[in-house]
Amino acid sequence: MTIRVGEAAEAPSFQKAAFKLLDDAQLRKNVRHATDVISGKRAIVVKEQQDWQQLRATASAIKQHTLAHLDEYLLKFEAACTAAGGHVHWASDADEANRIIVDLVKQYGGKEVIKVKTMTSDEIGLNKAFEANGIHPHETDLADMIVQLGHDKPSHIVAPALHRNRQQVREIFMREMGLSELTDEPQDLTNAARQYLREKFLKVKIGFSGANYLLADTGGVCVVESEGNGRMCVTLPDILITLAGIEKIIPSFRDLEVFLQLLPRSATGERMNPYNSLWTGVHKGEGPQHFHVVLLDNGRTRILADPEARQTLHCIRCGACLNTCPVYRQTGGHAYGSIYSGPIGAIVTPQLFDMEHSQSLPYASSLCGACYEVCPVKINIPEVLIHLRGRIVREQQSGANIEAIGMKAMARVFSSGRRLEAAQRLGRLGQWPFVSEGWIKHLPGMLGNWTAVRDMRPLPKQSFRSWWREHEKEKKEGADG
Amino acid sequence: MAEGRDACEAILNRIRTANTSARAAASAAEYPAIERNYQQRTTLDRETILKTFLDHLHEYDAHVFEANPDTLACAIAEVLKSHDQKSAIVADDFPEEDLPTGFTWQRESKSTKDQLNTTGGAIAGCEVAIAHTGTIILRGTRQLTLLPDRFLCVVYENQIVDTVPEAMARLEPYKAEPLTFVSGPSATADIEMTRIRGVHGPRFLDVIVVRD
Ligand code: SF4
Repeated sequence: MTIRVGEAAEAPSFQKAAFKLLDDAQLRKNVRHATDVISGKRAIVVKEQQDWQQLRATASAIKQHTLAHLDEYLLKFEAACTAAGGHVHWASDADEANRIIVDLVKQYGGKEVIKVKTMTSDEIGLNKAFEANGIHPHETDLADMIVQLGHDKPSHIVAPALHRNRQQVREIFMREMGLSELTDEPQDLTNAARQYLREKFLKVKIGFSGANYLLADTGGVCVVESEGNGRMCVTLPDILITLAGIEKIIPSFRDLEVFLQLLPRSATGERMNPYNSLWTGVHKGEGPQHFHVVLLDNGRTRILADPEARQTLHCIRCGACLNTCPVYRQTGGHAYGSIYSGPIGAIVTPQLFDMEHSQSLPYASSLCGACYEVCPVKINIPEVLIHLRGRIVREQQSGANIEAIGMKAMARVFSSGRRLEAAQRLGRLGQWPFVSEGWIKHLPGMLGNWTAVRDMRPLPKQSFRSWWREHEKEKKEGADG
Repeated sequence: MAEGRDACEAILNRIRTANTSARAAASAAEYPAIERNYQQRTTLDRETILKTFLDHLHEYDAHVFEANPDTLACAIAEVLKSHDQKSAIVADDFPEEDLPTGFTWQRESKSTKDQLNTTGGAIAGCEVAIAHTGTIILRGTRQLTLLPDRFLCVVYENQIVDTVPEAMARLEPYKAEPLTFVSGPSATADIEMTRIRGVHGPRFLDVIVVRD
């Protein structure tokens, strides 16, 4: 089994990536603006929902219960979906899921696929697999389309193109849609997308979607969206393929009354998002006549096996934790090196698979707790972050790496006043080549990890201990004399 | 399909191992014991519920009209005239007698995708409406209410509930049917957070509320 999360394996560490991104003033401005707008709207509509805390508590209880009986609910879903005329496929990892989906498209003789925004398909790298097999995927969510046409990467789980401004979108659209005239008014840009995609919606015969919820009792699927592209993709084609992580299951139709109240308010600050589509198997004369669901593991059962971290699987991908996170707000999503960014990304990615860069992610947080506060399903992200940090430290200590040896030496130095003073004397002598304008901005070697994300003051000319000694001596002399 | 079954068994085994080793399995409440202390029923009176519904529709820039069962046909005619529309495609179950004369009607099941795409507008009723969120819930008629540029929805007062749980309870008998929740016209804020209406669905939403 090879677990993969998009192209995260090639990503640099968070600290390295963030360092570069901090210089991108335009990106930071766009990210700050977008997250401010969404957070502001969210705060207003959450306040007006007076039973918000009760809804959160129930959501969390439903998720806990479902995970504890995940095998039963998945089988129940499979039986109900099949009875309604759908087909259920199981995929252990990304490659298997890609193979199943590509084979289905080939089997139906499709050359093009229209896609609804789905994180999970980015996770398994589906578009690449499609292209490698001569199948052209069309992203139909406006933001995803901006990312796809701009040969770019998504930077937010709800608003993937929030790092682009209108001038940039105009350039991308003119180039990729072959338009000779287009203003940078959002209305005109949106119209261009509407025209460009309408033709695809009517013509392409295979639709592809993710799922916000899988309903175990009916075998139904629910997709929540704003633009109507989702409705188009799940309604107009003859064939519909849906990919969903196994944690997307909820026990019954009724449970939607909880999640449909929490998700839109948290995600986009709306009382309800413009469209929710629910479908169950196939219905004669109404919508797609062939329906397939692919249930994906890709590391989720591994998260399930860790009692401290399994709450990660409660996530309904609303993005509220990103918008509120002081670290995300400074760096944007690309620094996280994964399609899952922000606080939730910092806990999901390293658990799904342990590549080198993901070891840096649990440190991409100030542990301020804002993400826990806004999370509609009460995931205690700081708690999971600390748990993962512990796991990383334990793994590193068991290996004899330089950092671990260095830390042990430090512990020795700090445990003795005499040794500390000797070290400080050495430090004062050794630091001068790195001091500029009263700050140390870069340290060599291993210490560089520290200065990669912060500037520090040089050691003072005199240590507190030696000042205290002199001060006491003077006092004593004063008293004596 | 053998491969799929293998994956199925493997995934289920991993879940079972995870759930026996992770204590969490034991502590999760049984389904009926899950506490639902959130608001289930409304505490508002009819007039307030109706007003909330209308206010939320206005916020979505929907055009809202009121009628009673006797004036419904007239109201439909008024709405179409205000858009210079002389024809529309109508949901199959929409009552013939509510359609005003002097227009060309075509039923949904007799229409092709291309006709739906180019028609002036669509007319359909709904199953339930939610005042608290300004939502209209449709059973079926997914293409009809999606492709045309204008969608006129007729909502009877007794179809309007206040809370989301009340709506879900009413939908219980139809839970395995295709359902669509519509809250205002389609919208996006993907470009610099500027809200733009009508990306892909109908750009205009008209609602006639029928009171008796
Ligand atoms: S962790 Fe919570 S706040 Fe963050 S995306 Fe998931 S559900 Fe939303």
